[in-house]
Amino acid sequence: MLANSTTATAIGRNSNWLPHAVLWLGVFITAFPLYVTFIASTLTPQDIAQVPMQMVPGAHWWDNYSAAWSKGSAGTYLSPPASTLLFNSLIVALVVTFGKISVSLLSAYAVVFFRFPGRMIFFWMIFITLMLPVEVRILPTYEVVTQLNLINSYAGLTLPLIASATATLLFRQFFLTIPDELVEAAKIDGAGPMRFFKDIVIPLSKTNIAALFVILFIYGWNQYLWPLLITTSNSLDVVVVAIKKMIGGGAEPTDWHIVMSTTILALIPPVLVIIVMQKSFVKGLTDTEK
Amino acid sequence: MDRRVIFPNKLLPYLLVAPQLAVTLIFFFWPAGQAVHMSLLSQDAFGQSVTFVGLDNFKEVLSDPDYIKTLWRTLIFSGAVAVCALAPALLFAVMAERVVRGATFYRTVLVLPYAIAPAIAGVLWLFMFSPSIGILAYGLKKLGVDWNPRLDGGDAMLLVIMAAAWKQISYNFLFFLAGLQSIPKALLEAASIDGAGEWHKFRTIVFPLLSPTTFFLLVVNIVYAFFDTFGIIDAVTSGGPAKATEVLVYKVYYDGVHALNLGSSSAQSVILMAIVILLTAIQFKYVERKVHY
Repeated sequence: MLANSTTATAIGRNSNWLPHAVLWLGVFITAFPLYVTFIASTLTPQDIAQVPMQMVPGAHWWDNYSAAWSKGSAGTYLSPPASTLLFNSLIVALVVTFGKISVSLLSAYAVVFFRFPGRMIFFWMIFITLMLPVEVRILPTYEVVTQLNLINSYAGLTLPLIASATATLLFRQFFLTIPDELVEAAKIDGAGPMRFFKDIVIPLSKTNIAALFVILFIYGWNQYLWPLLITTSNSLDVVVVAIKKMIGGGAEPTDWHIVMSTTILALIPPVLVIIVMQKSFVKGLTDTEK
Repeated sequence: MDRRVIFPNKLLPYLLVAPQLAVTLIFFFWPAGQAVHMSLLSQDAFGQSVTFVGLDNFKEVLSDPDYIKTLWRTLIFSGAVAVCALAPALLFAVMAERVVRGATFYRTVLVLPYAIAPAIAGVLWLFMFSPSIGILAYGLKKLGVDWNPRLDGGDAMLLVIMAAAWKQISYNFLFFLAGLQSIPKALLEAASIDGAGEWHKFRTIVFPLLSPTTFFLLVVNIVYAFFDTFGIIDAVTSGGPAKATEVLVYKVYYDGVHALNLGSSSAQSVILMAIVILLTAIQFKYVERKVHY
């Protein structure tokens, strides 16, 4: 008995500092790469080339960020200014997000609230897209987009990414929980299906839409392979692709100070979304199960 | 599962599914069909004539020692990424479940990498471990480690594994945390009363009860390592040095886009599709218990 209570207190005391120590290690592992990037974004190229690089912020953050924002990087890849790159990323992220949410809301609504021949076939066709990620159908999708004359356009960048099995599944699951009485009441009040969709279904889906927004915005913002394939003109590059191209490894040395300040700029929107909408984010992640 | 009360419209539902269906048909089924079709054809060097060759492309791919090497490399890479992303995530989640003060802070920082694009995660790690200017490469040199991911395949592989795992820890952490929170507290208290220590409780209660989460995450992590790490590999090593970090997805991309070997690239695409279908099937068979479709 005595031995037990001493171990219990020992564990009690342990659990005070041990979890914190482990979690600080986690915070360190997570934050260190970001911290190094931030430091480099405030230094001159000469300071960055100093080995070892200093670990406190330098004084050149304004020079670097304004150069990145309005000029971009020189070298083998003449990048557009970060303002253009971020604008392209924003367009892609928003079109993909709202596109996915809209088409999924509509198709889930059709599958749940109507009976029509082909209903389950359509549902399974959408479901199967889960198994066809861009990575496995790179070349043929590229050819299709070429044939449709969508290369080097926002439409080509976004349209192929808009179908979403996960969003459709999530909405379908949620729609199945809407009480029948609500539908009956709406029908008695003479509301048609579109009225019911607009006035009842959409407002009820708000938390699901918010949850999907976080996940899909990050998905859209972070796209890499598809934009890399589909754009040949630098002015349409999204920021993630541009940062990789700036490193290039060609004859020219990398402008690390510009790369690092552009990287910080590229991280701000998705990181903000995840922090501001953390509750929705966790819900979105666990509900869609990817 | 179906609704009892529905709307009677006949044409409207077709209009509602049309946008999603159009995108699906044009950008998913058509290309996937093309991939299968192209994988059965062979094109001459000038792209002039195309002949039907049946399964020859598959035979060629599967008997190509390079492809088999890439397959093994991908398996090792995926296994390493999964382990390196799962183990720390579980540790952090177990610890995060025990703290009250600072819990929000820890969680907020630990989920940040989820928001970061794979390619950018790659750039961050590339910079820290760059042999000439990287701060951690400098540290390694001080310790007497001969580090050069640009020349040494092993170093390069280690670097992409670290970057890929770093990014995936967030995701695993959140799922483990959710899994831990669903374990009945009474069970743990009963064990404590019986005098079980923390490690004993973890081994006999927590870990077994977490096994559905762990298995689900294992599949998700393997899918992630197979497909979503393209950006990391392209940014950090471009598959090099000497193909040391070329995984299956990267090979499809390289053979198709750079080497322009359409038949082989398509056959590889089809093989990858089969792998995704297998992994998704495993995942859904398992997730089914938690979610009802």
